[in-house]
Amino acid sequence: MSEKTLVAAISDALHDEMAADDRVMLLGEDVGARGGVFKVSEGFLEEFGEDRVIDTPLAESAIVGVAIGMALRGLRPVAEIEFADFIHPAFDQIVSEAARMRYRTNGDWGCPMVIRAPCGGGIHGALYHSQSIEAFYAHVPGLKVVMPSTPADAAGMLRSAIRDPDPVLFLEHKKCYRLIKGEVPDDGATVPIGPADVKREGGDLTVVTYGFELHRCLEAAARLALDEGIEVEVVDARALAPLDTETILASVRKTSRAMVVYEDNRTYGAGAEIAATIAERAMFDLDAPLVRIGGPDIPAMPYAAPLEHAFMEPEPDQLYVRMLELARF
Amino acid sequence: MLLARLIDEAALRQNRMGRAPFVVPVSGHEGCQIGTAWPMRLGTDVWVPYYRDLGVVLVAGMTPEEVFLGIFSKAGDPSSGGRQMPAHWGYRRLGIVSHSSPIATQVPHAAGIAYAMRYRNEDAVVGCWFGEGATSEGDWHEGLNFAAIHRVPVVFVCENNEYAISVHQDKQMAVRDVASRAEGYGMPGVVVEGSDVLACFRAMREAHDRARAGQGPTLIECKTYRYLPHTSDDDDKSYRSRAEVEEHKHHDPIDRFVGYLIGRGLTDHERIQSLHDELKAEVDSALTSAWDAPDPDPALVGRHVFAEDDR
Repeated sequence: MSEKTLVAAISDALHDEMAADDRVMLLGEDVGARGGVFKVSEGFLEEFGEDRVIDTPLAESAIVGVAIGMALRGLRPVAEIEFADFIHPAFDQIVSEAARMRYRTNGDWGCPMVIRAPCGGGIHGALYHSQSIEAFYAHVPGLKVVMPSTPADAAGMLRSAIRDPDPVLFLEHKKCYRLIKGEVPDDGATVPIGPADVKREGGDLTVVTYGFELHRCLEAAARLALDEGIEVEVVDARALAPLDTETILASVRKTSRAMVVYEDNRTYGAGAEIAATIAERAMFDLDAPLVRIGGPDIPAMPYAAPLEHAFMEPEPDQLYVRMLELARF
Repeated sequence: MLLARLIDEAALRQNRMGRAPFVVPVSGHEGCQIGTAWPMRLGTDVWVPYYRDLGVVLVAGMTPEEVFLGIFSKAGDPSSGGRQMPAHWGYRRLGIVSHSSPIATQVPHAAGIAYAMRYRNEDAVVGCWFGEGATSEGDWHEGLNFAAIHRVPVVFVCENNEYAISVHQDKQMAVRDVASRAEGYGMPGVVVEGSDVLACFRAMREAHDRARAGQGPTLIECKTYRYLPHTSDDDDKSYRSRAEVEEHKHHDPIDRFVGYLIGRGLTDHERIQSLHDELKAEVDSALTSAWDAPDPDPALVGRHVFAEDDR
C-alpha cells in the first residue's frame, strides 16, 4: 500500500494500464506536452509517444467521436474532457453513438472506451468549471457512469473502466484531487464497476452519497459518533449507472432511516433516483421521512466565495444537524 | 448499379403495399455509390456509410436478402436485428460500421478508425460517405480536421444531391462545391460527376492510393441527384418541380454506363436485358425469403445493453 492523493492514484493507474496494454490510448486537450491541466498525464508523452498521447484539437465532440472510432477498431481509448462542463458538445457522440452501439447492432459492435471528466465545484470554478453532469448521463442505458471518491476506488475503478467492454463515463471530483489522500494497493488491484461501498458502518441512520459530499458526510458522521454516540452508516454509491440498489436497500432496512446527499442541483439529480428507489422498495422499513439534500436549483455555481459557499451548502456542520434531526425523529 | 435500382424499386413497392413502414430511396445515386465503393478492398478496408448507401453496402458484400431482412425489420437483419430503421447499415463481419440517424456523427468515427489503422501500421483504408447536408454539422468539420492533422488513411465521399430533405444547397452553404472546403483542412478536394461511375471509380482509386501511401485523407464530392423523395415519408413535390426531377433523369448513371458499354462493343441490349431479368428474379426471391423470415423476439428487447447482456 502507498498513500496517494486521488489525482496521483488516477495518474498512476492510467500509467500502469498504458504500460501494460498498447491498445490503451489517451486523447484530449492538453494531455500531451502540458501533461493535462491537472497533471494526470505528466510525463506520459515522453514515455508513450505522441501516437498514444494525443493532444487533440479543441473539439469535444471529435475527442469522443474519434475515441469511438478507435474503440471500434480494437483500441482502448481513454478520452479526457478537460472539464466536465465542456462535455456538452459531445453529448450526441456519447448518448447517440457510444451508449447505443451495442444495442443498435444487436450485439455485433461494442464500444470499449473511457471518458474521463473532472467535475464538481468548490474550487472557484464558477459556472463553467464546477458543474455536476452525472444526472444527464446516468439516465442513458448503455453507458456506465461512475464517480469514485477515494484514491483506492479511483485507481481500481479506472483499471476496471479501461478493461470494460462498454463505454464508461469516469467522473473525477476536482475538489478531491489533492485534498483527499488514502492508501492505494500497489498490486494493481481492480475495483469492480457496480457495487456501492459502505465507507462507514453504523446502525442508527443510513446516508447515501457520492463524490466530494462523501467526505463531508464522513466528517459529520465521525463527529456525531463522538458527540452523541449516533452511528451513521455512510454508503458511497461510487457507480451511479448501474446503481447498486441492493447495498443501499440493505443498509436502509438495517437502520430504518435514510438520507441522500449530493452536490448536483437537487431536482432530477442522481439523488432523486436513489430516494425514489428507497421510497419504492423500502418504504415500510423506514421509521422517519426520507431526507434528500442536494444543491440549489440555480443554473450553476457562482464564482464569488460567498456565493460559491451558498451553492456548496450544506457544510459538514449543517449535515451534522440534519443527521441528528433524522436520528432523533 | 442495376441491383441497387431494382432493390430500390421493389422496396418502395413494399412500402406502398403497407409491408415496409419506411424505406430510403437510392435511385439516382447508384453511379457515385458503386463507383466510389468499388476500389475498396473486401475484408481489409472499413466502410462507414450513411443511410442512402444501399449501393455501397451491396459492394461491401451485403446480400439483397440481408437488405430486405432490414427493410422488413426481421430478427436476421444483420445491421441491427430489426432494432434500427431500415437503411441504418452495420455489419461487423463485412467491416461495415454501424451508424445512427443524427447526421455526420460517423465522420469522427471514420477518423478514429483510420487513426487506429495507422497506429498499428495496417494496410487498410476507411471509406466514409455522407450527403452535402452533413457538411453543415460540427462533427463533419471536426472529423475532417482531425483526419487531416494526423494524415490518416480515410477517404471522405460527399454524395451531393442538392437537397438535405427539402433544403437546397443554396441555403446550406455559400460555396458552390463542398470539395472547395478541403483546402481549409489541408487535404485535396475533388469534384466528380456522380452519374459517371467510371469517373467516380477513378477519383476514389486515386484517393484510396493516396491513403494507402500515407498521404492522408481526400474529400471527393460527387454531384448527383436523387429521383425519389428523401424517404418514403417525404413528399418532394413540396420543394422541387417535376420538371427538375425529370431533367435529371436524362443523366441517369445506369443509362450512361450501359451506353458506354454498348458504345465500346462490350455488351449489347440483349445481354443487358437478360442481366436485368436475372437480377430482378434474384431480388424477388430475396424479398420473398426475407418476408418469410422470423420477426425479432420481444422477449429479447432488453438484450445487448451491455456486454454482460449479450448471452
